[in-house]
Amino acid sequence: MTTDSTALIPVADTTPEGDHRYGGLDHDVSGGISAPVLGMLLFITSEVMFFSGLFAAYFNVRANVAIWPPIKPDTIPPEQYHVDMLPFVLPATIVLIISSFTCQWAIWSIRRGDHTRFVRAIAVTAVLGAVFLVTQCIDYWMLGQEQVTLSSGTFGTTYFTLTGFHMAHVFGGVVMLSVVLYRGMLGQFTAKHHDAAEAASLYWHFVDVVWIFLFSLLYLFPGKTV
Amino acid sequence: MATTTLTPAASSYRSGLYDWVTTTDHKKIGIMYVINSFIFFFVGGVLALAVRSELAFPGMQILTPLGYNESFTMHATFMIFLFVIPMLAGFGNYVVPLQIGAPDMAFPRINALSLWMLPLAGILLLSGFLTGGTAAAGWTSYAPLSEDHALAATGAGQDLWIVALILIGTSSILGAVNFLVTIFKMRAPGMTLFRMPIMVWTVLVTSVLVLMATPVITSALIMLFIDRNYGGAFFDPRVGGDPILYQNVFWFYSHPAVYVMILPAMGMISEILPVFSRKPLFGYKAFIFATAAIGALGFSVWAHHMFTTGAVYLPFFSLMTFLIAVPTGVKMFNWIFTMWRGQLMFKTPLLFAFGFLSMFLIGGINGAFSASVPVDFALHDTYWVVAHLHYVLFGGSVFGIMAGFYYWFPKMTGRMMNETLGKVQFVIMFIGFNMTFFPMHELGLAGMPRRIADYSSTAGWNDLNLVATIGGFLIALSMLPFLWNIFLSLRSGKPAGDDPWEGNTLEWATSSPPPAYNFDRLPDIRSERPLFDARHPSIAPVSDH
Repeated sequence: MTTDSTALIPVADTTPEGDHRYGGLDHDVSGGISAPVLGMLLFITSEVMFFSGLFAAYFNVRANVAIWPPIKPDTIPPEQYHVDMLPFVLPATIVLIISSFTCQWAIWSIRRGDHTRFVRAIAVTAVLGAVFLVTQCIDYWMLGQEQVTLSSGTFGTTYFTLTGFHMAHVFGGVVMLSVVLYRGMLGQFTAKHHDAAEAASLYWHFVDVVWIFLFSLLYLFPGKTV
Repeated sequence: MATTTLTPAASSYRSGLYDWVTTTDHKKIGIMYVINSFIFFFVGGVLALAVRSELAFPGMQILTPLGYNESFTMHATFMIFLFVIPMLAGFGNYVVPLQIGAPDMAFPRINALSLWMLPLAGILLLSGFLTGGTAAAGWTSYAPLSEDHALAATGAGQDLWIVALILIGTSSILGAVNFLVTIFKMRAPGMTLFRMPIMVWTVLVTSVLVLMATPVITSALIMLFIDRNYGGAFFDPRVGGDPILYQNVFWFYSHPAVYVMILPAMGMISEILPVFSRKPLFGYKAFIFATAAIGALGFSVWAHHMFTTGAVYLPFFSLMTFLIAVPTGVKMFNWIFTMWRGQLMFKTPLLFAFGFLSMFLIGGINGAFSASVPVDFALHDTYWVVAHLHYVLFGGSVFGIMAGFYYWFPKMTGRMMNETLGKVQFVIMFIGFNMTFFPMHELGLAGMPRRIADYSSTAGWNDLNLVATIGGFLIALSMLPFLWNIFLSLRSGKPAGDDPWEGNTLEWATSSPPPAYNFDRLPDIRSERPLFDARHPSIAPVSDH
């Protein structure tokens, strides 16, 4: 990997004994992916495994029962749990997908050194993320009206745990984007130095992809109505 | 040999408390990891003695049944999550940047965060004793036992346990990201992947395991927390949940965690054996591929802990478990042939490395027994399993940690440790260890179940239990020469110099203790033994630039 990288070390030179001399922190100039971005990719790997655990639990409880969604207790005639009455899910999904594009637009802008577009696009992304959070809260409130809660058997538990942890991650993403926005407005990023923005955008795309899986699972393939 | 000039000003290891608490220096953080781990080793050890004392004779003498359950639960929790795992992470923290010629870890502040989460988690666990009882459902905390609110055993202590373990897991994940970025981005010029010391390779593979397995137990613990506190239904069969689900998700982490606890110890042994045999490691690349194979296979064997549930596909998990013996066997040959016809120097680190080799061999063999499904059906949840896991985790990891401690203490402090006291400690510990855990094989075969507070005096288990208890106190006794040795060596140990063992790897190319940011210059790196090459230029590989 770094066999021939010595040429890339700016302060490198060779002493008469053949030893390399170089200043401490110049190791990471050897090219390739930057340390913060690699760190974020690895962190996202761990997040993927975290959601894998939750998804596995969902598939497990769903596969264990004959009817999914399960029947609500004490309903005559028997009534299944369902979430298809939620009006904001599709718009929220579209909002989140668009936000991924605006986020990438911001990254392409800063790579060209276009500050104004970068700041605007990041601001739009953060706002879209916040809109998603608000619509999710409205959906939760509506489900609460229907007596569907975290303690409504396996259906409620898996639904709220999966979407809840996704929401928490969206919230984390909005915080990251806000920090990036603030730093962008202070002019801390350049075409060459904007690792924080790249890392935040990777995280934002990840959060978006998780939602696409969740949306497919919970709304496109929610089980059969009997 | 490169002797370091100290620029910027050398960090003094006698700097004030404030300096230690706020430091981002990987060496100080590594040392604090080690100290923190020894503190919880002490706590876990006291709990182990409580368990052994109760079992010395039939009848309940010193603990209540609930207190017994708390003791063995917290013993395992402290030993696994706050002693072995962080201890190895601590050595990794100290050694890895030095061995790859880096000035620090890639993310020094995240490194400090990883460290300080650990004492916090330990305090949370201990505070269970103040809230009317700690977790008592075993370190596995299987649902529905861990969810049963009717049992006093699962009060606030169980929730504190969950929160503490999530904290420790987060600390591990951040540490793993840090190690991986450090290893991939901060190697010195010339330090190619296949010139990295074995210790660095084992930390690399361990970090991948931590990164991919730990988040899964975090999800299991969160589900358990939701079930316990918010009326969730994940693991509660009364409302459609599935207790076996918990076991699957739990062991998906906790089996790879076994390799998290042994691979870095194997790395330490692989640093020590070549130095004290005056030979290169036999089969360097084979060792690396064996390490990677153990890591990869480690993800496909979790259900061998669940054979008796009847809910897993037995032949697959049995086969994969047997397969892990292959790369492990490769490593045994690496180590044995490293020593073969070497000029052995019988210093304390080598003795503990011998302890590791012999005891881990027993732990590997008695583990392979349980990989066979019919044998496992007979041995499951008996003392055989307790014997096996202690031969691996104590005979393997703890002997490895001791070897590493004696090996790197001179680098960390600039002082040599006392050889006589070290050998006395080794002998007492080795005898005590085997007295404690070897009889447990016999007890397991005689049918004694694990996790019981009492047993019948006519079951035929009396003598062996008494022997095991005496052995347990011998292990505790072996800590006295150890602590005395540390005290003496810190106060008046022989100055170590840069390279007291004639080591092979870069940490010995700087002063003891190393200055802040470690190196001013480095020797040319042309093999995995740059210091050996520098001492013997006539037989060193030719430079590639």
